[in-house]
Amino acid sequence: MATASYHRPVSIADAGKLLTENDDARLLAGGQSILPSMRLGLLAPSALIDLSGVLELKGNRIDGKSLVIGAMTTHAMVAESREAQSKIPALAALAGGIGDRQVRNRGTLGGSIANSDPAADYPAGVLGLGATVRTAKRTIAADDFFKGFFETALEPGEIITAVSFPVPDRASYVKFPQPASRFALVGVFVAQFGKAVRVAVTGAGACAFRAKPLEEALTKKFDVQSCDGLVIPADSLNTDLFGSAQYRAHLIAVLARRAVQQALGQS
Amino acid sequence: MNAARESLIGRSVERREDYRFLTGVGQYTDDIKLERQSYAYFVRSPHAHARIRAIDAKAALAAAGVLAIFTGKDVASLGGLPCGWLINSVDGSPMKEPKHPIIAEDTVRHVGDQVALIVAESLAEAKAAAALVEVDYEMLPAVVDTATANQSKTAVHAIAPDNVCYNWAIGDAAAVDAAFARAAHVTKLSFVNNRLIPNAIEPRAANAAYSRADESYTLYVTSQNPHVVRLLMTAFVLGLPEHKVRVVAPDVGGGFGSKIYLYAEETALVWASKRVGRPIKWTAERSESFLTDAHGRDHVTTAELALDKDGKFIALRVDTTANMGAYLSTFASCIPTILYATLLAGQYATPAIHCRVRAVFTHTAPVDAYRGAGRPEATYVVERIVELAARELKMDPAELRRRNFIRSFPYASPVGLTYDTGDYEATLKRVQEIADVKGYAARKAASSAKGLLRGLGYSCYIEACGIAPSNIAGALGARAGLFEAGEVRVHPTGKVTVFTGSHSHGQGHETTFSQVVADKLGIAMDDIDIQHGDTGKVLFGMGTYGSRSLAVGGTAIIKAVDKVIAKGKKIAAHLLEAGESDIEFANGEFRVAGTDRKKAFAEVAFAAYVPHNYPLDRLEPGLNENAFYDPTNFTYPAGSYICEVEVDPATGVVRIDRFAACDDFGNVVNPMIVEGQVHGGLAQGIGQALLEGCVYNADGQLITGSFSDYALPRADDLPTFVVETAKGTPCTHNPLGVKGCGEAGAIGSPPAVINALVDALAPYGVRDVAMPATPYRVWQTIQTAKR
Repeated sequence: MATASYHRPVSIADAGKLLTENDDARLLAGGQSILPSMRLGLLAPSALIDLSGVLELKGNRIDGKSLVIGAMTTHAMVAESREAQSKIPALAALAGGIGDRQVRNRGTLGGSIANSDPAADYPAGVLGLGATVRTAKRTIAADDFFKGFFETALEPGEIITAVSFPVPDRASYVKFPQPASRFALVGVFVAQFGKAVRVAVTGAGACAFRAKPLEEALTKKFDVQSCDGLVIPADSLNTDLFGSAQYRAHLIAVLARRAVQQALGQS
Repeated sequence: MNAARESLIGRSVERREDYRFLTGVGQYTDDIKLERQSYAYFVRSPHAHARIRAIDAKAALAAAGVLAIFTGKDVASLGGLPCGWLINSVDGSPMKEPKHPIIAEDTVRHVGDQVALIVAESLAEAKAAAALVEVDYEMLPAVVDTATANQSKTAVHAIAPDNVCYNWAIGDAAAVDAAFARAAHVTKLSFVNNRLIPNAIEPRAANAAYSRADESYTLYVTSQNPHVVRLLMTAFVLGLPEHKVRVVAPDVGGGFGSKIYLYAEETALVWASKRVGRPIKWTAERSESFLTDAHGRDHVTTAELALDKDGKFIALRVDTTANMGAYLSTFASCIPTILYATLLAGQYATPAIHCRVRAVFTHTAPVDAYRGAGRPEATYVVERIVELAARELKMDPAELRRRNFIRSFPYASPVGLTYDTGDYEATLKRVQEIADVKGYAARKAASSAKGLLRGLGYSCYIEACGIAPSNIAGALGARAGLFEAGEVRVHPTGKVTVFTGSHSHGQGHETTFSQVVADKLGIAMDDIDIQHGDTGKVLFGMGTYGSRSLAVGGTAIIKAVDKVIAKGKKIAAHLLEAGESDIEFANGEFRVAGTDRKKAFAEVAFAAYVPHNYPLDRLEPGLNENAFYDPTNFTYPAGSYICEVEVDPATGVVRIDRFAACDDFGNVVNPMIVEGQVHGGLAQGIGQALLEGCVYNADGQLITGSFSDYALPRADDLPTFVVETAKGTPCTHNPLGVKGCGEAGAIGSPPAVINALVDALAPYGVRDVAMPATPYRVWQTIQTAKR
């Protein structure tokens, strides 16, 4: 593992300054992706700028009709947060189902979405809830945030500070784990705001995306039958050892149905 | 007379080794730190097949901390890693045995093949230097597929142009043909026994040191059989004097077979330690383990079962292609032959069996024994085809099995084994009870109501443990003995150190063997220490594999204990002024029969070492005995398993709802340890059935090279097992009447799971689901069947 200089700023401004001062520096949030990548020799940044000392990035609060979660809030904190559990229990459950206990105690919301791993859980929640990603200099709508395979709308040096999640009337996330890694082979997040329904999918494509046919059907009628017989196009979906694009397309509809069932409190 | 103390045999004594394992004070190979040790890192081939045009190591050699770099040229004059079993083809020709160099010479033959050994002051420096080694490869096409390897235009080795290592057969082909000609029903199925990667929790490691003082070598290594490692390494590869090499296998964190073999890495380290003049340490990274530990299974088989009109099996015909990988690992050749085809009778009195086995080379990691070693593959053939026959005949699969059980022992099978004892009806009957087969219909209806499919599958396995005897094995091609050695050293105070050639790497020998010795000698377990895993301490050993430790290694110890008692009687007779024939030994006391004149075991031991009042004219002082034991036969554990699965047809997810096992291991010394062995075996067998599958792509790249893609079973993949050990039929030819339990779970469970799954999918007309039956594969199977 190559050596990198280590910095632990206590403010967002200082972190930004360190980022610009060090060529090829990387932000260190929970370190659940970057550190294994460095160990495997896939990444060799010159500097790691650890955000764990920036206290304003941690924690969550209710802001009007939204739940705002700091970028450095760990998955475990979200899973156990009373605000998340009461306002968006589907999001708390999503966070509680990421990785294992060790991962949840280190991994963070900001780190997860900045990485845009195609099989990560959080992107489905961010996109499914139509959240707003706040950075030190602007806000980015979820629909504009996830750009591709490990690719986001973030500019070099841009630091996520928080994510603002609108509170839905109903929501649910159902994950189908890949048997070995237990990342999402497919994960579907369904949220209803009034009549409008958003359905976001992770694991199946290059990055999280919205399943428009399901959204349309569920907006017409929010019940499990609306998902039946819907054919999700498999064209751009992933194929690997654990599932073809067709299988993933099939799972999207199956999981959406189960998510709706859960959201409606039907067993 | 004192009341006889309660026997220790059959008691679930807590494992005495667990304290050190659970509190982090075990001493594993990686914990061994030698004075001035250096570190090794291997440059490995990224290609499955390539010619090495040139290696430029100049920059690497000049890098910081680098002490030496060795390539194939440096070791070309050494021998290759040997194969311990000669298999002859049906035409009488010997198997093809290509050289297995410890560092690739001019060709690499699998991804991970070692190309250069870098020795440096630190691991980081060795790794950094490895990145500077420039290897000029001429890439060549790879042979990967087991079934078609013999049709490839590419040869893995020039001496086997068709990639066939051997074409072997067993059984009476003419009798089988005749039986098929008159069969009322024939069931036929082709299937794959999926390739597995062992994944012991502790990766392989070694630390080798050369001493100029006495020109000796010491190797610490993760081995299941250090004496065998020493013998093969010194006599066949390095040409070193065996008595000048000490091999120590300290605490070893699991093996499952993968640590039986002599590997290139430790051999190269021993050789290089003299050249470098420093101890050299190497510990595999997990990704190296995936690439270079010997893999398991990998068979492609077609099986046909012939039945008469009454549902009696009249013949079984099997044709198997077995993948050897790129080189012959230490016992690779005997796994799909001697340990596979000989088991094809299973629990059934099938009168005629014939099996052909074609072993092929491919550009993949070597394949060798992995928990069960041939016997899981055989059990899978028999139990899948039998269950399918029952399905085709619309018979209860348990009834079809009952109709064909062997019921009279000893039983000479048509594939060369003689089963000494067994009671297959008893384990089947009992497992049906503990699995609540009676309640199955109601459970199936309940699943149905939830839109789920439920299936129930049986597996009635036979196993052959403690491969033996040596002379017959030798006639069949074994190049090693199959005995075990033990030594019982009684100290002057009556404390005992037992040295055993069996090696413990999770099996709990220190507890089980102590129970046996304490029971025999009538002394406390705490007064007994079990030593193993060091050629410098233990007289000899063939090691641990094939569920042989207690049946073979334990018997050697008992024979040594018997000699101790026999000598003790002579000493006691002298002390008690009685005739030797009047001395009885029981409960730790030598006693003149029918009197209260006695000497405690410790008193006799003391007299042996302080021989003041002692028959020195007739008897040597001391109380220390060795024994070697070569069994007259295998032992034959057997059992019946029932698996019940629930399948979600929408996703293909298979949930094991219940799993019941009833095993006949003969007599049981420690039921808790035996149950633990069964649990572990079941987990691995279920892993094979539902989760684990090693996949190479067409270029020979390992796709499942990490835990992200190779699925090991986790606790929540498994149900709460219902495990019972039958009262059992004791083995007839060892003094303990024990049979062996280490592999049973892994042998018996895969067909039970797949039979249950096929049963669940019966509404779709499914006859087979390939292992591992991942959700995707099950879903695909259903989609295909629906069309």
